[in-house]
Amino acid sequence: MTGDAPAMLAGMLGVIRRDLLLAWKRPGDILNPLFFFVMVAALFPLAVGPSPEQLEFSGPAVLWVAALLAMLLSLNSLFLSDFEDGSLDQMLVSPVPLPALALGKSIMHWLTSGLPLVLISPVVAITFRMPASVTGFLMITLLLGTISLSLLGSIGAALTVGLHRGTALLSLLILPLAMPVLIFGARTVSLVAAGDGVAGGLYFLGAYAVLVLSFAPFATAAALRISNE
Amino acid sequence: MIPWFVVPGLFLVAYGAYAGLFVAPMDYQQGDAFRIIYVHVPSAYLSMMTYMIMATSAGIGLIWRIKLAHAVAAAAAPIGAWFTFLALATGSIWGKPMWGTWWEWGDPRLTSELIMLFLYFGYMALRGAIDDTAKADKSSAVLALVGAVNVPIIHFSVEWWSSLHQGPTLVRKGGPAMDTAMLYPLLAMILGFTFLFGALLLRRVRAEVLYRERRTRWVREMILSKGT
Repeated sequence: MTGDAPAMLAGMLGVIRRDLLLAWKRPGDILNPLFFFVMVAALFPLAVGPSPEQLEFSGPAVLWVAALLAMLLSLNSLFLSDFEDGSLDQMLVSPVPLPALALGKSIMHWLTSGLPLVLISPVVAITFRMPASVTGFLMITLLLGTISLSLLGSIGAALTVGLHRGTALLSLLILPLAMPVLIFGARTVSLVAAGDGVAGGLYFLGAYAVLVLSFAPFATAAALRISNE
Repeated sequence: MIPWFVVPGLFLVAYGAYAGLFVAPMDYQQGDAFRIIYVHVPSAYLSMMTYMIMATSAGIGLIWRIKLAHAVAAAAAPIGAWFTFLALATGSIWGKPMWGTWWEWGDPRLTSELIMLFLYFGYMALRGAIDDTAKADKSSAVLALVGAVNVPIIHFSVEWWSSLHQGPTLVRKGGPAMDTAMLYPLLAMILGFTFLFGALLLRRVRAEVLYRERRTRWVREMILSKGT
């Protein structure tokens, strides 16, 4: 395995470019989780009732839970098509280090499911009567949180690739690990809405994203090798 | 090896249970209800320790490829889940008369213990979903290690989260200085539970190893020689 930096970068960018192209040709892959996100968010007002105070109060929590579930929904297919058509085997035997390719896949997942969620969240937030200043913080927490979720989720997706009952299992594996992101993400937005300080929550989300970034690609690579023995 | 764990374990638990339930004086605030700590505290501590044992042996198995370490991890998981459940159940039974509620989301330890239970479930579910033993070992080992990195973070974040909408926790951190008549039975129970846990673990590991090696000659010979 040669590990010179330009080749690594080229391999990573190659994975990202190819998957973005694939996603572009099949827009459903990007749009379905987005619709899911909007629908789940719409379920809550229907269940709770239209009272503005309640919506304002539960808005951050609902948006965060919906985003978490939407991320999980798209994770299942992260390695599935590669596994089915053999590209995954090619990645495993490629001279480019596997963690770099795994990182590429995680970045791709974030670009196609995390980033769109961040961009569409203000529209949904308006229906929850969230003020503009709070919405800004919602977007920042979602931005940092979805990075962690994509990276953590890649580990779970790599562990369950090729298993028949993968979807439910994936949620079972990832949800407990995703708890800190949810806690800090949703609570920070609630704190902004209540007019409290938020720096601690943002620092934590940022630190957590960096921590996960440092170990998730290696864990994903190890899991991919194990799953494809 | 197992009797070395069972005998002191049973002895200590018997002493702890007797002294804790009959000898120790009543708590001046909680009455007799506090006596559930003699089951609760050992379970809670073992639920954490079992996860550490599981993750450590999973890591050893993954790095040095020792099959026995994987068997230990596999055998430890259900015990750990059971202790976690026991800690939650006894805590909840204690909470009903003390806090007036079965469940209190505001208490950080309750919530992080629940997440612990979910982690055990995820680990066992992943192991159950993979038919090939060697693959199940390695996959679940990766999960156990990722989980081990996360456990302190989860614990910390749950604590931060609950400290927001509630002042000091309901249970005091240091606790009141405990009378020795209460303390010794508790220590005995903790030690006794640990011994019994060791016995249980060894027995489960033995069963696990026998099951894994069921196609080898030495297992066949052992079973045949013992058969009537």
